[in-house]
Amino acid sequence: MLRIECPWCGVRNEDEFSYGGDASVQRPADGSSMDEWYDYVYTRDNSAGKHTEHWQHVNGCRAWVTVVRDTMTHQIHSTAPASPNLPVNTVPGKKSKGAKS
Amino acid sequence: MHYSALSLVKQALTGNRGWTRAWRNPEPKKHYDVIIIGGGGHGLATAYYLAKLHGISNVAVLEKGYIGGGNTGRNTTIVRSNYMLNANSQFYEKSMKLWEGLSQDLNYNVMFSQRGVLNLFHTDAQRDAFVRRGNAMRLNGVDAELHDLDGVKKLMPHLDFSQNTRFPVLGGLSQPRGGTARHDAVAWGYARAADNLGVDIIQKCEVTGINRDGDKVLGVETSRGFIGAGQVGVAVAGNSSRVFDMVGMKLPIESHVLQAFVTEAIKPLVDTVCTFGMGHFYISQSDKGGLVFGGDLDGYNTYAQRGNLPTFNHVVAGGVTMMPCLARLRVLRQWGGVMDMSMDGTPIISKTPIHNLYLNGGWCYGGFKATPGSGWVFAHTIAHDKAHELNKDFTLERFREGKMIDEKGAGASPKAH
Repeated sequence: MLRIECPWCGVRNEDEFSYGGDASVQRPADGSSMDEWYDYVYTRDNSAGKHTEHWQHVNGCRAWVTVVRDTMTHQIHSTAPASPNLPVNTVPGKKSKGAKS
Repeated sequence: MHYSALSLVKQALTGNRGWTRAWRNPEPKKHYDVIIIGGGGHGLATAYYLAKLHGISNVAVLEKGYIGGGNTGRNTTIVRSNYMLNANSQFYEKSMKLWEGLSQDLNYNVMFSQRGVLNLFHTDAQRDAFVRRGNAMRLNGVDAELHDLDGVKKLMPHLDFSQNTRFPVLGGLSQPRGGTARHDAVAWGYARAADNLGVDIIQKCEVTGINRDGDKVLGVETSRGFIGAGQVGVAVAGNSSRVFDMVGMKLPIESHVLQAFVTEAIKPLVDTVCTFGMGHFYISQSDKGGLVFGGDLDGYNTYAQRGNLPTFNHVVAGGVTMMPCLARLRVLRQWGGVMDMSMDGTPIISKTPIHNLYLNGGWCYGGFKATPGSGWVFAHTIAHDKAHELNKDFTLERFREGKMIDEKGAGASPKAH
């Protein structure tokens, strides 16, 4: 069981959340090239190790959360409120307590 | 050594002391014509068909662990070719035909059992969709049979057939030629047959880098040193993105974990492969008697070969809804495999922008049944530097070109297929 720390509700079980995918994917500006749109829609880093991703606390406060989780170990390094204004790779986040697989 | 009833008798009479190793354990050479990265079913099959059909036997299969220790040993062993879209239907049917002669071809019993695959439907709309798929299959020369409720009762008498449940069973679509095979035997059979033809199977040899000169691959860096190669084929399932990261390419793939489960062994109960139509659940019975079943992905990116409890609960809820008697059984084992989920649910067996590097990946849940066909077309693609008619649509460029093969119609979402 993943234990994800919602910034508002505290540490909760993964089945209260819905996975929203890679949070580092940025929508290209209008008028971007086909290659940029192709990358946005289809390709993913699919990184082995630290992965910045979105989860929605759908059976809780319904807020979106940005989570940094290790895809090799399921360890959760940090969680923070998701925000379009925060570049995800610099999410400050809180050190997540007790959040382990 | 040729396996036969005679060899069995001979060995039995001489205390079974004369059996030889099924394949060698060679040191890697400095250079091979073709290197296949990944010693699972697909990689081994590719090497076998390269040697057998294309006369290329200076081939090495590099495996970081032991052969068949990845997804080949972590699936639910289901074989079927019940697809609707032409590209899928024809490719998987080729694979099915290879399965039908595989034990003889390899001189190794892969225990292919054509016990049938039955997909249940529960609504009128679902029946219409299944009729359409069944007709598409038959037009492609694949066997398909539609069953009403009585027909399903004959095939799977232990389902919940009450009509006052939320999703009453109305009938099913079956492919009688579908079934199951022994997963380990597939890897071992291909390994032995490829080794016989001169292929080097090199285990405990992890590829750590790909050396290239511009868009030409020179060879691979491994945990056992540099090995040169004329061509390199990648068949590493859930690790496709990691290998292509070595050449700086991003793939339209995400890696997810799919769990599977097996119960204690019981007397024959499930004679066919059966899938639930109102949830994702599939079940069959192994020759040892355990019920082997599975369902959805856990749903988040992972390379860890294990899943979590909520998915198990979800899968079992579907199973017990379909077949309430399952609730009495104990689950003995659970495992997870890392799936390379492509963005349209269809594999990629293709050339790449790097001239002598080839990709065989994006298998989603469906890699096991494709093993013979995948190796067959991948060997052709490498040997001729050109896709075969059967995999010409499974390109890497199809996403860019808008030519997706989206059997489920779920769009560009790796976890929805």
